Amino acid sequence: MGFLDISNVTKSYGTVEVLHRVDISIEEGEFLVLVGPSGCGKSTLLNMIAGLENITSGEVSIKDRVVNGVHPSKRNIAMVFQSYALYPNMTVGQNMTFGLEMHGVPKPERDRALKEVAALLQIEQLLDRKPSQLSGGQRQRVAMGRALVRDPDVFLFDEPLSNLDAKLRVDMRTEIKKLHEKLKTTIVYVTHDQIEALTLSTRIAVMNQGYVQQLGTPKEIYDTPANVFVATFMGSPAMNVLPARVAVREGVPNAVVRDADGNEQFLPFSQPGLASRDGQDILLGIRPEAITDPDGADRKSSNVVPLENRVGVTEPAGSDTFVTMTLGGKDAIARMRADVTVRAGDTFGFAVNMEKAVAFDPKTEERIEP
Amino acid sequence: MSVATQDTAVSTGRVTRTFIYLLLILFALFYLMPLFVMVANSLKPLPEITGGNMMALPQDWTIEPWLQAWSSAQIGVEPTGLKPYFLNSVLMVVPAVAISTVLGALNGYVLTKWRFRGDSILFGLMLFSCFIPFQIVLIPMAMILGKLGLAGSIPGLVLVHVVYGVGFTTLYYRNYYAAFPTELVRAAMIDGAGFFRIFWRIMLPVSGPITVVSVIWQFTNIWNDFLFGASFGGQSQPMTVALNNLVQSSTGVKEYNVHFAGAILAALPTLLVYIVAGRYFVRGLMAGSVKG
Ligand SMILES: Nc1ncnc2c1ncn2[C@@H]1O[C@H](COP(=O)(O)OP(=O)(O)O)[C@@H](O)[C@H]1O
Ligand SMILES: [Mg+2]
Repeated sequence: MGFLDISNVTKSYGTVEVLHRVDISIEEGEFLVLVGPSGCGKSTLLNMIAGLENITSGEVSIKDRVVNGVHPSKRNIAMVFQSYALYPNMTVGQNMTFGLEMHGVPKPERDRALKEVAALLQIEQLLDRKPSQLSGGQRQRVAMGRALVRDPDVFLFDEPLSNLDAKLRVDMRTEIKKLHEKLKTTIVYVTHDQIEALTLSTRIAVMNQGYVQQLGTPKEIYDTPANVFVATFMGSPAMNVLPARVAVREGVPNAVVRDADGNEQFLPFSQPGLASRDGQDILLGIRPEAITDPDGADRKSSNVVPLENRVGVTEPAGSDTFVTMTLGGKDAIARMRADVTVRAGDTFGFAVNMEKAVAFDPKTEERIEP
Repeated sequence: MSVATQDTAVSTGRVTRTFIYLLLILFALFYLMPLFVMVANSLKPLPEITGGNMMALPQDWTIEPWLQAWSSAQIGVEPTGLKPYFLNSVLMVVPAVAISTVLGALNGYVLTKWRFRGDSILFGLMLFSCFIPFQIVLIPMAMILGKLGLAGSIPGLVLVHVVYGVGFTTLYYRNYYAAFPTELVRAAMIDGAGFFRIFWRIMLPVSGPITVVSVIWQFTNIWNDFLFGASFGGQSQPMTVALNNLVQSSTGVKEYNVHFAGAILAALPTLLVYIVAGRYFVRGLMAGSVKG
């Protein structure tokens, strides 16, 4: 049993099942991010943890207590909403202490908690203002403050940064991360932004169409995605997923892909287990940063393979240059250093870090365990 | 507010502007004419009206007709003036407006924030009640009031007006609260506030504009109602019925100046409500239709 356990939980609206047998368990102090495209059921799952939506079947427990049917206010949780949901008629201070007041905490104690949290978030000077007199970033802080004041077992965040502009979003992201490291609270955080998920979390649940596709640490999710969906959803630009065939040469399984000119290229895998797939079609997954120019290749990798191919398009993007080529009949993206000189139409000697390559079954789209 | 009006104003030329103002003044005069006639004639002795020009200002100013209308004019058989009936109206209109507005607000709150199976059908039926003509419900209403023992009493009239008004007030509040973010209600639930606490602390404080709309609407309708008052008033007839009895009495001389004064007295409360709350009325009607 973990600190927060979601076991075998489903959710139906009428006859439509929108969440299917979700199993997630996290320990105290973890930062769980639920990530997935819009409409995949993240908010629904979060609202079920909060008690704002009924649980159709299965169990949610917090601190070893099953909370199905327990009123939201009795679950000892706090939630930060996407719209911040600050009460417009109350001042910032009243907003933040409303929950304590409803829970019968005496005024002196409320004021003490308010002062503490206001200092932590540096919003002391805002306490007498109304929400309408605050900027977006300030509202965001107040919404977090309102959650912090309660000192709950679990914090729930529903896309808290999606209403901020790009720069502020990055700042607040860092701030939330710092806050978590300082307070060591248990957090469940919903976002559709895979970068937020990777930077903030200690654990990620990637969701799609009501299924949890994979639950794991950011590194597990990034390096060994469970299937093609996770592989392409997490990471930007997305992982290249290329039709290929396995051919064993001298005992080593190779991915055989056709280059831009239709010639077969052999890329030896680092996973010997793939030899069992000899002769079978697979999908080869390679992240853009694993395809580079020879000088930019990962020096710690023991399996960097040369690959000659014709360059399609180059897109300088400041810190990196993205190079598109045709590989396995699809567009593949390579991530190069900014100062590399490649021209469209040239044949270029790429370096592929096959240590980072993964293989997927073309039918099930699941990753093949080597 | 002033910023908003500047934004929405279409800039026009001087000539057009002058023309618009002239037209507006013309209309204003046209609509103010009856009021002028009423006020002017209510301040004249009777011979000045019967013998002279209705449009003229009084030569001999007097408030005697007002005093008569208020406290001594013949209403039906009793020389009581309109005073007791005015009181009846107040005793009827205040609770009726208050109860129907509170019920409408609660209905709107439930219909938008505590949705349940069949809530749209229920709302549809309540809306339907807005379109039922008064005349149709007279007989069933009389039967119900009789059964309840409320026939011919002020509480009976209050009940009738609440039943009739609650469809409108529900409509107002439901549409207003539909635009109110549900996340706020959810936040308050997590904070530990219950059904009424959320209503009282979160919803009501931001319901000012729509409450003004509801109160004005209900107040004018109930105050001005004649049919229900005449049908169910019994011994507690409201102002409108008394005014009718004053003006329509067939005995004695027609005291037009007293009639005018009485009519103004009857219209005064609604006029007052509009003047005090009118500017919020338009704002409230606009709220929800345009997202701020
Ligand atoms: N009250 C509801 N009735 C019916 N379907 C709903 C309701 N709320 C959400 N859904 C459906 O459930 C799915 C998941 O919604 P949601 O959890 O809001 O997605 P996300 O937050 O991941 O964008 C969506 O397909 C949505 O249409
Ligand atoms: Mg959502």
